[in-house]
Amino acid sequence: MTIIAWIVVGSVLFTSAGLLISRDWRLELGLLGLQYVGVFWLTNQHWPISMAAIKLVTGWMAIATLGITRLNLKEAPDANEQFWPQGRLFRLFSAGIVTVIVITVVPRVEEIIPGIGLPVISGSLILMGLGMLHLGMTAQPFRVILGLLTVLSGFEALYAALESSILVAAMLSVVNLGLALVGAYLLTVPKPEESV
Amino acid sequence: MSAPFLWIILPAAIAIVAMLIKNQRILSIAGGSLAILLALVALIVPIDQALQIGGGSFKIAPAIQILGRRLILVPADGSLLAILYGLIAMWFLGGEVTDTARRLVPFGLIVAALLVASIAVEPFLYAAILIELAVLLAIPLLLPPKQLPGPGVMRFLVYQTLGMPFILFAGWLLAGVEASPGELALAVQSATTLGLGFAFLLALFPLYTWLPMLADEVSPYVLGFLFWVLPTITIIFGMGFLDRYSWLRTSEQLSQILSVGGLLMVVTGGLWSAFQRHLSRQMAYAVIAETGFSLLALSLTPEKAVDTVFLLIIPRSLALLVWAISLTRLKEQVEPLLYRNVQGMARSYPITAAGLILAHLSVAGFPLLAGFPIRLALWEGLASQSLTVAFWFLVGILGLLIGAIRTLAVLVMAPDGTDWEVQERWGSGIMIGLGVIGLFILGIFPQTFRFILVNLPTMFEHLGK
Repeated sequence: MTIIAWIVVGSVLFTSAGLLISRDWRLELGLLGLQYVGVFWLTNQHWPISMAAIKLVTGWMAIATLGITRLNLKEAPDANEQFWPQGRLFRLFSAGIVTVIVITVVPRVEEIIPGIGLPVISGSLILMGLGMLHLGMTAQPFRVILGLLTVLSGFEALYAALESSILVAAMLSVVNLGLALVGAYLLTVPKPEESV
Repeated sequence: MSAPFLWIILPAAIAIVAMLIKNQRILSIAGGSLAILLALVALIVPIDQALQIGGGSFKIAPAIQILGRRLILVPADGSLLAILYGLIAMWFLGGEVTDTARRLVPFGLIVAALLVASIAVEPFLYAAILIELAVLLAIPLLLPPKQLPGPGVMRFLVYQTLGMPFILFAGWLLAGVEASPGELALAVQSATTLGLGFAFLLALFPLYTWLPMLADEVSPYVLGFLFWVLPTITIIFGMGFLDRYSWLRTSEQLSQILSVGGLLMVVTGGLWSAFQRHLSRQMAYAVIAETGFSLLALSLTPEKAVDTVFLLIIPRSLALLVWAISLTRLKEQVEPLLYRNVQGMARSYPITAAGLILAHLSVAGFPLLAGFPIRLALWEGLASQSLTVAFWFLVGILGLLIGAIRTLAVLVMAPDGTDWEVQERWGSGIMIGLGVIGLFILGIFPQTFRFILVNLPTMFEHLGK
């Protein structure tokens, strides 16, 4: 069981780092879909499977919303992105630094919140850390939404161990779906050249 | 009928219907009338008390159950509901003259319903999620369908969203501190997490950089509405934490942190306003300073703090309303709202220019205007605690005042021989005129709304007692 747990942690590290590095929106949404499977597994450590499945279903619904919206848009590089760090190596290096920070912080968090388990803490902190890094590196609406969804999924995996209220699960699902809808709304705004 | 149904579910349901209405005037009047009605019911009909009407009796039940938790509005919440919906009515009625009613009324009603739900939800900690939902709904409110999102909007979304996890996590930690009050490390960790959450939500120093950026990008009217209603509810939510956790309420460090945080907001907001040449950004800095005033009010002695925080709500909303309508009118003529573009515009838009200046002066606490009595009370309270704090408070106020005087100079600085050619629209002129009269009434007779404010501190069980 422990080995599987660490494999899941490795997979969320892979997906969240992949989200940071990838420039192809299809791949990014695929990685996010995989990431939600990891979040489901982490949540399932403390919630019954029926409730943990809420995270998976909500996440995939959010992905579907973003995917359908993005599918109907032209492929165009965003001018804003020219100002942000472009190199994949740089992004990978930054992700590595965040991962090292997470590894050093995990035992401290385990002391504050005992009984959750190192894999859940590691997985959620990796998601939150790399999500934050993602948010710091982009101003493009699509990527900002991916970053926010990553941060929130990390938080939700951790918070599930502390709070098992159905109302909270429902409201957090609405927040995730709301973020996806806001992302879709921001994406559908016509670019100046399209609106002419 | 239950109170949560009346003040939360009903406005939200009507808002969905309102999305189908295209006519700005109908929306503005209908939305304003609904909000006035909700405010009057909150003011007149007591919650959870049977009323004899004719032969039968009628009672508004205080709570409803949703997924095992409660939404509850107690009788003490009635005054707050009346103030909230009453002020929202003013904003909705101004929606037509600012050409924002189609977005403001439906989305504004849902935002209002969610924020009232955040006051009503039990456990109160879940309010953070409801505030986040209100923030998400604020995006289509801020951005019309054909406007590209700028960096200010994106930062608004990111910063406000990041506040929620911190507050939820802090709530869990605080429960741990309550269980074992001796654990100093846990207390520090929980207070830090809570502070970070509120720093994101309230856009505290230095996390407010997005506010002036947002002011550049979106309608000043919508911005004014959001930056009256969101910080007001967030501060009341924050006061809920102080009410709930006695160790937090009685902590000496908390008062100092609030005082320093508030001063940083007031001083930086005031100073940046003094040097700012963009009219929309000046309003953003005033909003920053206003949040600082609320924090400083909370840092006062417990007996004064609650009263002072609630006294700030109405003048803040009224000043922002007048300011936002005036800015919207000017923005229809020139863009961007830089000093060089608005120079001499008082000759064409005298009422708008007067509204802009008087609202700015009111925020700066100029005598005879709405902000003056409360700034004076706040200054007196701060001076009784520390003269240094009182001095820096004065610096912030002076910064805001300099900003107002510079704007006044620019607006009246027309080239020699320029004639007066008044081009005001009567609708906005009347709204600004009424707002300015309101600013003077509140400034000269600050007790006008005392009857409605007097019961507000009873919302809290321990705070202020």
